[in-house]
Amino acid sequence: MNMSWTLVIWLSIGAYAFKMLGFVVVGSRKLPNVLAQCLMLIPAALLGAMVFNGTFTDAQSIAVDERAIGLIVAIIAAWRKLPLIVVVVLAAATTALLRAM
Amino acid sequence: MKFRIEPDVRPVVTSALALSGAVGVFALAFGVLAVGAGASVWQTCALSFFAFTGASQMSAMSIVSTGGTVSAALGSGLLLAARNGVYGLALSPYFGESLGKRLLAAHFVIDETTAMMTAQTNPRLQKIAFWTTAIALFSLWNLGTLIGAVLGGSIDPHTYGLDVGFTAAYITMLVPHLRTSNGRIAAACGATLSVVLAPFLPVGLPILASGLAIFVGVRPQRAKTAA
Repeated sequence: MNMSWTLVIWLSIGAYAFKMLGFVVVGSRKLPNVLAQCLMLIPAALLGAMVFNGTFTDAQSIAVDERAIGLIVAIIAAWRKLPLIVVVVLAAATTALLRAM
Repeated sequence: MKFRIEPDVRPVVTSALALSGAVGVFALAFGVLAVGAGASVWQTCALSFFAFTGASQMSAMSIVSTGGTVSAALGSGLLLAARNGVYGLALSPYFGESLGKRLLAAHFVIDETTAMMTAQTNPRLQKIAFWTTAIALFSLWNLGTLIGAVLGGSIDPHTYGLDVGFTAAYITMLVPHLRTSNGRIAAACGATLSVVLAPFLPVGLPILASGLAIFVGVRPQRAKTAA
Protein backbone atom coordinates (compact mmCIF):
# COMPACT_ATOMS: atom_id res chain seq x y z
CA MET A 1 0.00 0.00 0.00
CA ASN A 2 2.12 2.83 -1.28
CA MET A 3 -0.10 5.84 -0.74
CA SER A 4 2.14 8.76 -1.45
CA TRP A 5 2.22 12.50 -0.95
CA THR A 6 2.97 12.85 -4.66
CA LEU A 7 -0.56 11.68 -5.36
CA VAL A 8 -2.10 13.94 -2.71
CA ILE A 9 -0.27 17.03 -3.98
CA TRP A 10 -0.84 16.49 -7.70
CA LEU A 11 -4.48 15.58 -7.27
CA SER A 12 -5.00 18.75 -5.22
CA ILE A 13 -3.25 20.95 -7.79
CA GLY A 14 -5.03 19.26 -10.68
CA ALA A 15 -8.47 19.45 -9.09
CA TYR A 16 -8.08 23.17 -8.43
CA ALA A 17 -6.72 23.75 -11.93
CA PHE A 18 -9.85 22.22 -13.47
CA LYS A 19 -12.17 24.25 -11.25
CA MET A 20 -10.29 27.40 -12.17
CA LEU A 21 -10.08 26.58 -15.86
CA GLY A 22 -13.82 26.82 -16.36
CA PHE A 23 -14.36 29.54 -13.83
CA VAL A 24 -11.54 31.99 -14.35
CA VAL A 25 -9.73 31.22 -17.59
CA VAL A 26 -12.56 30.34 -19.94
CA GLY A 27 -14.88 32.78 -18.18
CA SER A 28 -18.05 33.52 -20.06
CA ARG A 29 -16.93 31.97 -23.35
CA LYS A 30 -18.93 28.90 -24.35
CA LEU A 31 -17.64 25.37 -24.72
CA PRO A 32 -18.83 23.46 -27.82
CA ASN A 33 -22.00 21.57 -26.86
CA VAL A 34 -20.68 18.14 -27.85
CA LEU A 35 -17.55 18.60 -25.74
CA ALA A 36 -19.54 19.68 -22.70
CA GLN A 37 -21.86 16.69 -23.14
CA CYS A 38 -18.93 14.29 -23.26
CA LEU A 39 -17.29 15.82 -20.20
CA MET A 40 -20.49 15.50 -18.19
CA LEU A 41 -20.51 11.75 -18.88
CA ILE A 42 -17.15 11.22 -17.16
CA PRO A 43 -18.66 10.35 -13.76
CA ALA A 44 -21.10 7.83 -15.27
CA ALA A 45 -18.34 6.07 -17.23
CA LEU A 46 -15.73 6.04 -14.47
CA LEU A 47 -18.07 5.19 -11.59
CA GLY A 48 -19.50 2.32 -13.65
CA ALA A 49 -15.94 1.19 -14.32
CA MET A 50 -14.90 1.39 -10.68
CA VAL A 51 -17.91 -0.60 -9.52
CA PHE A 52 -17.32 -3.43 -12.00
CA ASN A 53 -13.53 -3.41 -11.98
CA GLY A 54 -13.54 -3.37 -8.18
CA THR A 55 -15.97 -6.28 -8.00
CA PHE A 56 -15.04 -8.61 -10.83
CA THR A 57 -11.26 -8.38 -11.14
CA ASP A 58 -8.44 -9.55 -8.90
CA ALA A 59 -5.14 -7.99 -9.99
CA GLN A 60 -5.08 -8.87 -13.71
CA SER A 61 -7.59 -11.70 -13.73
CA ILE A 62 -11.36 -11.77 -13.86
CA ALA A 63 -12.88 -13.13 -10.64
CA VAL A 64 -16.29 -13.71 -9.12
CA ASP A 65 -16.28 -14.04 -5.32
CA GLU A 66 -17.86 -12.70 -2.10
CA ARG A 67 -17.62 -9.15 -3.49
CA ALA A 68 -20.31 -9.93 -6.07
CA ILE A 69 -22.79 -10.66 -3.27
CA GLY A 70 -21.75 -7.43 -1.52
CA LEU A 71 -22.38 -5.58 -4.79
CA ILE A 72 -25.86 -7.04 -5.14
CA VAL A 73 -26.68 -5.99 -1.57
CA ALA A 74 -25.41 -2.47 -2.31
CA ILE A 75 -27.48 -2.20 -5.49
CA ILE A 76 -30.64 -3.30 -3.69
CA ALA A 77 -29.96 -0.92 -0.79
CA ALA A 78 -29.28 2.02 -3.14
CA TRP A 79 -32.35 1.16 -5.19
CA ARG A 80 -34.45 1.22 -1.99
CA LYS A 81 -33.04 4.76 -1.49
CA LEU A 82 -31.42 3.92 1.85
CA PRO A 83 -28.98 6.55 3.18
CA LEU A 84 -25.40 6.31 1.92
CA ILE A 85 -23.93 5.19 5.22
CA VAL A 86 -26.46 2.33 5.46
CA VAL A 87 -25.70 1.22 1.91
CA VAL A 88 -21.95 1.20 2.65
CA VAL A 89 -22.31 -0.63 5.98
CA LEU A 90 -24.70 -3.27 4.60
CA ALA A 91 -22.45 -4.05 1.63
CA ALA A 92 -19.27 -4.16 3.71
CA ALA A 93 -20.88 -6.23 6.47
CA THR A 94 -22.28 -8.80 4.01
CA THR A 95 -18.86 -9.21 2.42
CA ALA A 96 -17.12 -9.42 5.78
CA LEU A 97 -19.57 -12.07 6.97
CA LEU A 98 -19.07 -14.19 3.82
CA ARG A 99 -15.29 -13.86 4.13
CA ALA A 100 -15.40 -15.00 7.74
CA MET A 101 -17.30 -18.18 6.85
CA MET B 1 -25.62 43.88 10.22
CA LYS B 2 -28.80 42.08 11.28
CA PHE B 3 -28.80 38.37 12.03
CA ARG B 4 -32.49 37.86 11.39
CA ILE B 5 -32.86 35.52 8.44
CA GLU B 6 -35.28 36.84 5.86
CA PRO B 7 -38.16 34.52 4.82
CA ASP B 8 -36.98 33.94 1.26
CA VAL B 9 -33.47 33.10 2.45
CA ARG B 10 -34.56 30.53 5.05
CA PRO B 11 -35.36 27.60 2.67
CA VAL B 12 -32.06 28.16 0.86
CA VAL B 13 -30.07 28.02 4.09
CA THR B 14 -32.05 25.02 5.37
CA SER B 15 -31.45 22.95 2.28
CA ALA B 16 -27.78 23.97 2.18
CA LEU B 17 -27.38 22.71 5.75
CA ALA B 18 -29.30 19.47 5.11
CA LEU B 19 -27.21 18.76 2.04
CA SER B 20 -23.99 19.48 3.93
CA GLY B 21 -25.02 17.15 6.74
CA ALA B 22 -25.50 14.30 4.29
CA VAL B 23 -22.16 15.05 2.67
CA GLY B 24 -20.55 15.05 6.14
CA VAL B 25 -21.68 11.46 6.62
CA PHE B 26 -20.22 10.64 3.24
CA ALA B 27 -16.93 12.22 4.34
CA LEU B 28 -16.94 9.94 7.36
CA ALA B 29 -17.11 6.95 5.02
CA PHE B 30 -14.35 8.44 2.87
CA GLY B 31 -12.09 8.88 5.92
CA VAL B 32 -12.52 5.28 7.04
CA LEU B 33 -12.07 3.90 3.53
CA ALA B 34 -9.03 6.04 2.68
CA VAL B 35 -7.12 5.03 5.81
CA GLY B 36 -8.14 1.45 5.09
CA ALA B 37 -6.65 1.88 1.61
CA GLY B 38 -3.28 2.77 3.14
CA ALA B 39 -3.34 6.57 3.38
CA SER B 40 -2.23 8.29 6.58
CA VAL B 41 -4.65 10.47 8.56
CA TRP B 42 -2.78 13.58 7.36
CA GLN B 43 -2.87 12.52 3.71
CA THR B 44 -6.57 11.77 3.94
CA CYS B 45 -7.31 15.15 5.51
CA ALA B 46 -5.07 17.01 3.07
CA LEU B 47 -6.99 15.50 0.17
CA SER B 48 -10.32 16.62 1.55
CA PHE B 49 -9.03 20.12 2.29
CA PHE B 50 -7.08 20.83 -0.89
CA ALA B 51 -8.55 18.56 -3.56
CA PHE B 52 -12.12 18.92 -2.19
CA THR B 53 -13.90 16.82 -4.78
CA GLY B 54 -15.39 13.58 -3.45
CA ALA B 55 -15.48 11.12 -6.32
CA SER B 56 -11.92 12.00 -7.44
CA GLN B 57 -10.57 11.47 -3.94
CA MET B 58 -12.32 8.11 -3.64
CA SER B 59 -11.24 6.76 -7.02
CA ALA B 60 -7.58 7.70 -6.46
CA MET B 61 -7.64 5.90 -3.11
CA SER B 62 -9.24 2.72 -4.37
CA ILE B 63 -6.86 2.41 -7.32
CA VAL B 64 -3.87 2.70 -5.00
CA SER B 65 -5.37 0.20 -2.58
CA THR B 66 -5.81 -2.44 -5.28
CA GLY B 67 -2.16 -2.11 -6.30
CA GLY B 68 -2.45 0.41 -9.13
CA THR B 69 0.30 2.93 -9.80
CA VAL B 70 0.22 6.51 -8.54
CA SER B 71 -0.12 7.74 -12.14
CA ALA B 72 -3.15 5.55 -12.80
CA ALA B 73 -4.74 6.79 -9.58
CA LEU B 74 -3.93 10.39 -10.45
CA GLY B 75 -5.25 9.91 -13.99
CA SER B 76 -8.65 8.67 -12.91
CA GLY B 77 -8.88 11.24 -10.10
CA LEU B 78 -8.18 14.07 -12.53
CA LEU B 79 -10.56 12.74 -15.14
CA LEU B 80 -13.33 12.82 -12.54
CA ALA B 81 -12.28 16.33 -11.48
CA ALA B 82 -12.60 17.57 -15.06
CA ARG B 83 -16.37 17.95 -14.74
CA ASN B 84 -15.86 20.72 -12.19
CA GLY B 85 -14.40 22.68 -15.08
CA VAL B 86 -17.74 22.39 -16.84
CA TYR B 87 -19.57 23.52 -13.69
CA GLY B 88 -17.24 26.51 -13.57
CA LEU B 89 -18.37 27.43 -17.07
CA ALA B 90 -22.00 27.27 -16.00
CA LEU B 91 -21.45 29.34 -12.83
CA SER B 92 -19.06 31.87 -14.27
CA PRO B 93 -21.71 34.38 -15.41
CA TYR B 94 -23.14 34.59 -11.87
CA PHE B 95 -19.94 36.01 -10.43
CA GLY B 96 -18.53 39.51 -10.69
CA GLU B 97 -15.30 40.52 -12.33
CA SER B 98 -13.16 40.51 -9.17
CA LEU B 99 -10.36 38.04 -9.88
CA GLY B 100 -9.54 37.46 -6.20
CA LYS B 101 -13.11 36.45 -5.43
CA ARG B 102 -13.21 34.20 -8.47
CA LEU B 103 -9.98 32.45 -7.47
CA LEU B 104 -11.42 31.79 -4.00
CA ALA B 105 -14.86 30.76 -5.24
CA ALA B 106 -13.27 28.36 -7.75
CA HIS B 107 -12.16 26.03 -4.95
CA PHE B 108 -15.82 25.46 -4.03
CA VAL B 109 -17.14 24.73 -7.51
CA ILE B 110 -18.45 21.14 -7.12
CA ASP B 111 -21.64 19.15 -7.79
CA GLU B 112 -23.53 20.42 -4.74
CA THR B 113 -22.72 24.14 -4.93
CA THR B 114 -23.54 24.14 -8.64
CA ALA B 115 -26.86 22.42 -8.06
CA MET B 116 -27.79 24.77 -5.21
CA MET B 117 -26.80 27.94 -7.01
CA THR B 118 -28.44 27.17 -10.35
CA ALA B 119 -31.68 26.24 -8.54
CA GLN B 120 -32.18 29.86 -7.38
CA THR B 121 -33.92 32.47 -9.44
CA ASN B 122 -32.45 35.82 -8.41
CA PRO B 123 -28.81 36.96 -8.10
CA ARG B 124 -29.04 37.70 -4.38
CA LEU B 125 -30.33 34.21 -3.51
CA GLN B 126 -27.89 32.63 -5.94
CA LYS B 127 -24.99 34.20 -4.10
CA ILE B 128 -26.39 33.18 -0.71
CA ALA B 129 -26.99 29.62 -1.95
CA PHE B 130 -23.47 29.27 -3.29
CA TRP B 131 -21.68 30.62 -0.24
CA THR B 132 -23.80 28.94 2.48
CA THR B 133 -23.45 25.61 0.70
CA ALA B 134 -19.73 26.18 0.12
CA ILE B 135 -18.95 27.07 3.74
CA ALA B 136 -21.19 24.49 5.44
CA LEU B 137 -20.26 21.70 3.08
CA PHE B 138 -16.52 22.40 3.18
CA SER B 139 -16.56 22.47 7.00
CA LEU B 140 -18.52 19.24 7.38
CA TRP B 141 -16.63 17.46 4.59
CA ASN B 142 -13.35 18.09 6.38
CA LEU B 143 -14.68 17.36 9.85
CA GLY B 144 -16.23 14.09 8.64
CA THR B 145 -12.99 13.10 6.92
CA LEU B 146 -10.96 13.69 10.08
CA ILE B 147 -13.29 11.67 12.31
CA GLY B 148 -13.51 8.85 9.75
CA ALA B 149 -9.73 8.76 9.26
CA VAL B 150 -9.05 8.58 12.99
CA LEU B 151 -11.64 5.81 13.46
CA GLY B 152 -10.49 3.97 10.33
CA GLY B 153 -7.00 3.28 11.68
CA SER B 154 -8.27 0.50 13.93
CA ILE B 155 -10.01 -1.43 11.13
CA ASP B 156 -8.51 -4.11 8.85
CA PRO B 157 -9.88 -3.32 5.38
CA HIS B 158 -10.14 -6.84 3.96
CA THR B 159 -11.68 -8.47 7.04
CA TYR B 160 -14.36 -5.81 7.32
CA GLY B 161 -15.15 -5.72 3.60
CA LEU B 162 -14.07 -2.09 3.17
CA ASP B 163 -13.17 -2.66 -0.49
CA VAL B 164 -16.83 -3.42 -1.13
CA GLY B 165 -17.69 -0.39 1.02
CA PHE B 166 -15.94 1.73 -1.65
CA THR B 167 -17.96 -0.01 -4.36
CA ALA B 168 -21.19 0.64 -2.48
CA ALA B 169 -20.34 4.34 -2.15
CA TYR B 170 -19.71 4.52 -5.93
CA ILE B 171 -23.11 3.00 -6.59
CA THR B 172 -24.89 5.73 -4.64
CA MET B 173 -22.85 8.34 -6.52
CA LEU B 174 -23.66 6.66 -9.83
CA VAL B 175 -27.46 6.62 -9.39
CA PRO B 176 -28.15 10.28 -10.36
CA HIS B 177 -26.09 9.85 -13.53
CA LEU B 178 -28.32 7.01 -14.73
CA ARG B 179 -31.29 9.31 -15.33
CA THR B 180 -30.33 10.05 -18.94
CA SER B 181 -29.96 7.39 -21.61
CA ASN B 182 -26.47 8.69 -22.44
CA GLY B 183 -25.55 8.31 -18.77
CA ARG B 184 -26.78 4.72 -18.72
CA ILE B 185 -24.94 3.81 -21.91
CA ALA B 186 -21.72 5.48 -20.71
CA ALA B 187 -21.92 3.62 -17.38
CA ALA B 188 -22.54 0.28 -19.08
CA CYS B 189 -19.70 0.80 -21.59
CA GLY B 190 -17.34 1.96 -18.85
CA ALA B 191 -18.21 -1.05 -16.70
CA THR B 192 -17.69 -3.49 -19.56
CA LEU B 193 -14.38 -1.97 -20.69
CA SER B 194 -13.00 -1.96 -17.15
CA VAL B 195 -13.50 -5.72 -16.75
CA VAL B 196 -12.73 -6.87 -20.31
CA LEU B 197 -9.46 -4.92 -20.44
CA ALA B 198 -8.28 -6.08 -16.99
CA PRO B 199 -6.24 -9.10 -18.18
CA PHE B 200 -4.40 -7.00 -20.77
CA LEU B 201 -3.50 -3.79 -18.92
CA PRO B 202 -1.67 -3.00 -15.66
CA VAL B 203 -3.94 -2.51 -12.60
CA GLY B 204 -5.68 0.88 -12.63
CA LEU B 205 -5.36 1.51 -16.37
CA PRO B 206 -8.60 -0.32 -17.33
CA ILE B 207 -10.48 2.27 -15.26
CA LEU B 208 -8.72 5.09 -17.04
CA ALA B 209 -9.36 3.44 -20.43
CA SER B 210 -13.05 3.13 -19.63
CA GLY B 211 -13.13 6.92 -19.84
CA LEU B 212 -13.42 6.33 -23.61
CA ALA B 213 -17.08 5.61 -22.92
CA ILE B 214 -17.69 9.36 -22.62
CA PHE B 215 -17.68 9.60 -26.41
CA VAL B 216 -21.25 8.32 -26.18
CA GLY B 217 -21.83 12.07 -25.70
CA VAL B 218 -21.30 12.77 -29.41
CA ARG B 219 -24.51 10.84 -30.06
CA PRO B 220 -26.87 13.54 -31.31
CA GLN B 221 -29.62 14.31 -28.80
CA ARG B 222 -31.76 16.08 -31.38
CA ALA B 223 -33.64 12.86 -32.21
CA LYS B 224 -36.75 14.46 -30.67
CA THR B 225 -36.95 17.34 -33.13
CA ALA B 226 -36.20 15.06 -36.08
CA ALA B 227 -39.03 12.72 -35.23
